[in-house]
Amino acid sequence: MKETKILVKDLNLFYGEKQALKNISIEILSKRVTAFIGPSGCGKSTFLRVLNRMNDLIDHVRIEGEVFIDGVNIYDKSLDVVNLRKNVGMVFQKSNLFPKSIYDNLVYGPRINGIRDKKILDEIVEKTLNQAAIWDEVKDRMNENALSLSGGQQQRLCIARALAVEPEIILMDEPASALDPISTAKIEELIHDLKKEYTIVIVTHNMQQAARVSDQTAFFYLGELIEFDRTTTIFTRPTKKQTEDYVTGRFG
Amino acid sequence: MEIKKRKKDISGAISLGVVRLMFFSLVFILILLLGKIFIEGIGVISPEFLLDSPKNNMTEGGIGPAIFGTVAVTLLMILFTVPLGVFSAIYLNEYAKDTFFTRLIRTSINNLAGVPSIVFGLFGLGFFILFIGKELDEVLQTGLLFGQPALLWASATLAVLVLPIVIVSTLEALNSVPKSHRDASYGLGATKWQTIKNVVLPQARPGILTGTILAISRGAGETAPILFLGAAFFLPNLPIADLCIGGYCIPMINPTEQFMYLAYHIFIMATQSANPTKTLPLQYGSTLVLIALTFLLNITAIIFRYRFRKILGRL
Repeated sequence: MKETKILVKDLNLFYGEKQALKNISIEILSKRVTAFIGPSGCGKSTFLRVLNRMNDLIDHVRIEGEVFIDGVNIYDKSLDVVNLRKNVGMVFQKSNLFPKSIYDNLVYGPRINGIRDKKILDEIVEKTLNQAAIWDEVKDRMNENALSLSGGQQQRLCIARALAVEPEIILMDEPASALDPISTAKIEELIHDLKKEYTIVIVTHNMQQAARVSDQTAFFYLGELIEFDRTTTIFTRPTKKQTEDYVTGRFG
Repeated sequence: MEIKKRKKDISGAISLGVVRLMFFSLVFILILLLGKIFIEGIGVISPEFLLDSPKNNMTEGGIGPAIFGTVAVTLLMILFTVPLGVFSAIYLNEYAKDTFFTRLIRTSINNLAGVPSIVFGLFGLGFFILFIGKELDEVLQTGLLFGQPALLWASATLAVLVLPIVIVSTLEALNSVPKSHRDASYGLGATKWQTIKNVVLPQARPGILTGTILAISRGAGETAPILFLGAAFFLPNLPIADLCIGGYCIPMINPTEQFMYLAYHIFIMATQSANPTKTLPLQYGSTLVLIALTFLLNITAIIFRYRFRKILGRL
């Protein structure tokens, strides 16, 4: 069953005078993994940040066009951005855990949403750590500083932290680019498990990774969406010359 | 392959020598200065010296009122400058958009830190006493109460003097909180204020604290700005008044009184007293106390910084 989760129509984004995204239209399916690939500076990360309005935090950014999530235009003036970000979680390129305990990192989101009951918080912590497949590694170290974990563990904890506010969509901005192969494999496994319940959009530099984890792949180049199709199609029978050149490693 | 022998680096040796010479001269001057003050001053220090009033045209007695005045002015100054400075910095760094106007304000704040302190004194006289004070007296029908030199206005002026330092150090502390941590917070659906309160301020706190304490110690040692703002040559009574609420009275600092001030007291003992040579030991003693007070503040700042650095050390 194919169900549209995110629908983007004619999106243009400007940094001051410079146009960073040109006429992007895309349809992202529910409970699938969609990968954004393309060379550095092609706008894929910028576009990812359009989907939960993180670009709002940067001065001089102007956006035209429409983005619908479950039929709601998220750039509507009356929309509550804070609520949007609760529903569209984000995992960043480098782990950005707070210099607090593991437990405090995980309950940060629920707490700011007003959950104070220790029992409920404990349940959320255990559930999300299990979802992120890191419960066994950290269950006895809840009060340790989160920054004492290894890089791979920190990134999985970031994913758990994002899950703790119960989003429906998770945006991942090169989540494994700073990790070793074993940690990367764990993250990829995790993405595979999470797509049963979540819609995942992942930006990656690593084409093998896109091929391994995603159902759909979008190729961006110089601010434009060149091609968007099933991942197998993109990697085996791309229709555009630029896409073929990129996925076969001829440039990028 | 021929591996060459080391050549003598003459210019390197010379510059090292010069740099060393400069450094040790500095240390020497510092030791000389502090050592002299300590040796000459320590003999004068006694409980009576710290508590008593000056006697016999300042040639005898203690510096109690001057210490009291310094502490009172400093406390009031903190009350004015810390909330104003910290919240202004939070606004500038977190809320204000980067426009020509805000850039102008930032530059002005930086420049303000370099303005000679006597200028602040004149500003205090013109703005606080002759304008605000006089107006207050008119409005409140208090005769001549606020429109004259007083502890309140001296504190307010010193607060303005150290304000740029507080703002700049708070800005630096806020700026040092990584953007990625803010992103993480926003990404979890936090509002701007929640992010500032839960993520930014806890990490910036040690920086804000140390910067503020250093600013305060600078303010506490200033003389020029308070010359015509209520620092008195000699006062028989401390600037204290009973504050009565519903029959209960507690003694409080009276901000409308004049006061004695350590730094100013040293200045007048050295220049205005009838017999400056006889006041010399007292001058050394007072200087030692003043240095000790500012040193105490600086040490507090260093301890704060050290302790927090240890806590955040794993960053």
